[in-house]
Amino acid sequence: MIEDLARPATGDDHVGGVPARLVAEPATTEEAAAVVAAARDLTVVVRGGGTKLHWGPAPRSLDLIIDTRRLSGMVEHAAGDLITVLRAGTPLDGLELGEQQLALDHPPGATVGGTVATGASGPRRLHYGTARDLLIGITVVRPDGTITRAGGKVVKNVAGYDLGKLYTGSYGTLGLITECVFRLHPRPAAHAYVRSTAPARAVPAILAARVAPAAIEVDAGTGELAVLIEGTPEGVRERAALVEKLLAGEIAEQPPGWWGLPPWEADGIGMKLSVPLSQVPALVDTGANVRGSAGTGVLYAAARDITEVERLRALCVRGGGHAVVLTAPAPVRDILDMWGPVPGLALMRRVKDQFDPEHRFAPGRFVGGI
Amino acid sequence: MADIDALARRLRSELGPEQVITDRQELRTYECDGLAHYKVVPAVVALPHTAAQVAAVVRACVAAGVPFVARGSGTGLSGGALPHAEGVLIVTAQMRRILEVAAQDERAVVEPGVINLHVTKAATPHGYYYAPDPSSQQICSIGGNVAENSGGAHCLKYGFTTNHVTGLQIVAPDGELVRLGGKAPDPPGYDLMGAFVGSEGTLGIATEVTVKLTRLPESVRTLLAAFGSIDQAGAATSAIIGAGVVPAAIEMMDALAIEAAEAAVACGYPPGAAAVLIVELDGPAAEVEAQFEQVTGLCEANGAFEIRIAADELERALFWKGRKSAFAAVGRISPDYIVQDGVIPRTALPEVLRRISEMAESHGVRVANVFHAGDGNLHPLVLFDDGVEGEAERAETVSGAIIDLCIEYGGSITGEHGVGMDKAKYMPRMFGPDDLDTMQLVRCAFDPSHLSNPGKIFPTPRLCGEKAGSDLRERFPGVEVF
Repeated sequence: MIEDLARPATGDDHVGGVPARLVAEPATTEEAAAVVAAARDLTVVVRGGGTKLHWGPAPRSLDLIIDTRRLSGMVEHAAGDLITVLRAGTPLDGLELGEQQLALDHPPGATVGGTVATGASGPRRLHYGTARDLLIGITVVRPDGTITRAGGKVVKNVAGYDLGKLYTGSYGTLGLITECVFRLHPRPAAHAYVRSTAPARAVPAILAARVAPAAIEVDAGTGELAVLIEGTPEGVRERAALVEKLLAGEIAEQPPGWWGLPPWEADGIGMKLSVPLSQVPALVDTGANVRGSAGTGVLYAAARDITEVERLRALCVRGGGHAVVLTAPAPVRDILDMWGPVPGLALMRRVKDQFDPEHRFAPGRFVGGI
Repeated sequence: MADIDALARRLRSELGPEQVITDRQELRTYECDGLAHYKVVPAVVALPHTAAQVAAVVRACVAAGVPFVARGSGTGLSGGALPHAEGVLIVTAQMRRILEVAAQDERAVVEPGVINLHVTKAATPHGYYYAPDPSSQQICSIGGNVAENSGGAHCLKYGFTTNHVTGLQIVAPDGELVRLGGKAPDPPGYDLMGAFVGSEGTLGIATEVTVKLTRLPESVRTLLAAFGSIDQAGAATSAIIGAGVVPAAIEMMDALAIEAAEAAVACGYPPGAAAVLIVELDGPAAEVEAQFEQVTGLCEANGAFEIRIAADELERALFWKGRKSAFAAVGRISPDYIVQDGVIPRTALPEVLRRISEMAESHGVRVANVFHAGDGNLHPLVLFDDGVEGEAERAETVSGAIIDLCIEYGGSITGEHGVGMDKAKYMPRMFGPDDLDTMQLVRCAFDPSHLSNPGKIFPTPRLCGEKAGSDLRERFPGVEVF
């Protein structure tokens, strides 16, 4: 019985204002599978550190929260093979990987599972890619309680479908992620930031300089353009000096205060905008409060109101991009199409129907009401 | 059996008569891909010129209940493009237009038949290139690369095809044209593109591909280091990775592979080497110079008896020539050979190579080793003479045992050649029944009637009925179903 595996929910146990009835806190993949199997007639939302639980529409229904924070810890760190195996509830803060790093930017308190499930990324995606690129293996409990694995523990592997990519960014609608295998990168020996007030139009010049920056971030609010250079001490010195000159900027040890943070207030409307690279300056020039990766075309915006959401969305979509409302106050959220237009939706629904025929996992949280 | 003649007539009227082949002799041209020991003559070959024509062919196949198999240049090494005897082979080789080089967006949009290297050639004047570089890059197609999630020597640093595709137009197995992604990153919704890349033609056919272009590095430095033993070369590789260097490539060849390469292309590697490493670093000159010195030192410290540094592009090409021609070169020293593709954790390299050599010896066959040492991707070449009674079987046994070793050491049954026809039988050894079942949930979403490249990847197809769903709906009436 699910009641034996879960506790009654308390006031904090809600998702987007929808209260849960029960909370389960499994500590292993097997326990998690038992919970899911016992919950086959319940609607479920998976919760990690809760740093992005307010992203996306509220669930249509919520019986059970499966909290992954006890499902925590490093299973393996094979330094010589540059991989690590982490349980889903493991906080990304303070991972002990010695001279190596899992190159995922994240807010404090974020877990492995939550970061993968939302496909969240940050400034260094320019150099390292995102969760979809770093994830090489995954264990998932399917909505029917089956434990299933895909990928493996080696970076190079084309055996079978790459389901890790499908689960990444699926917002918990295909099952419960319990364990992830990641490729690691060496921690750079040195780094430097170059801060400037150069316009976003300067980005092509930085790229053309072939200094291989780890991140190029723009912030419309302060009018700043900042670049992160990583590498060997001598290499970083030379490359940072070049960028400093190019942008008439200033080399700094520390990033600007806004670096990697969302531009919106806690109760504001937050959007993720993604556009082809050449469209970034146009987005920055709209006067909207946008910030993000000017080197990849992924920006975040604090929209003042629904009109601005629509305006930014139209601009992105016209340019061949996308605009998703990640978070908004409930009254706004309830009248907005948070996800916007989604090509391929019919196929996505068919995938959902296969994995979760009763639509019990995070119902209504994902694109097209999935 | 479906009426193939009627289907061929329909295809002729939709595509044009010269784009449909039914002549037995002409069909034989397409009987195999790069893995030539599997041969099946397809019932029909269709040569579409446009995405709409691909969709028309697929719709005709669906209507007739006839399986279809996509083929690009036919260079695949796992039998992924092996035709179906009662099916249509859809050859995308005529679709070879580069539709757009959008350097300002760091993207190119190409048709599936475009040759891998041609993308780089088109991008180079803009200061860019296409990073995934399978050894067959002069002839393999982007559509095939997408199907196989092709790698190459430089994927150690730059990743595989899947990391370089941002948009696809596909013909889904029901004949619908679907767009996934585009030039912009992070399209919302499930990453169906991520599932499609590497699905070996079982989820549909890519008809347009948007790829990332990578900025040409400021500096490229390449060295060739010769070692007296495989263990030394392995230790040097570990030392380089352990020092926090991420080279663009680290490639290893053993004595037998070197012998073959010398016989074929006279690459002039240092004589007497039990193993050579090719190490390439690229990036900003300021980084590459410092790290290159470090790498040179690490090779010396681990016993390299000769280190050559490519002085110019010509010498660099010569270093690579030996490596890139290695598969075909083995034909010079053996009448027949099996190209194997497996992956092990890189640190297990010396141990696994020792075991391969013991196995080879005990079975009386020779194994030449060529591999991407940086990421543990082995390409053992098992040599045999089909004219000698029993040799082919012994070679097959050793080749299979190598895959067992890869599984035993926690690696993979394929690093880049794909599962295809050849390795479907190994899938249950790498994945449990539930894992395979889950993969096939995706198959069922895309291709419930199993017409898209059937018989590949999965040893046993899953029935795509409403099994789980309908059963539960009965048990839980009133549950919301969409």
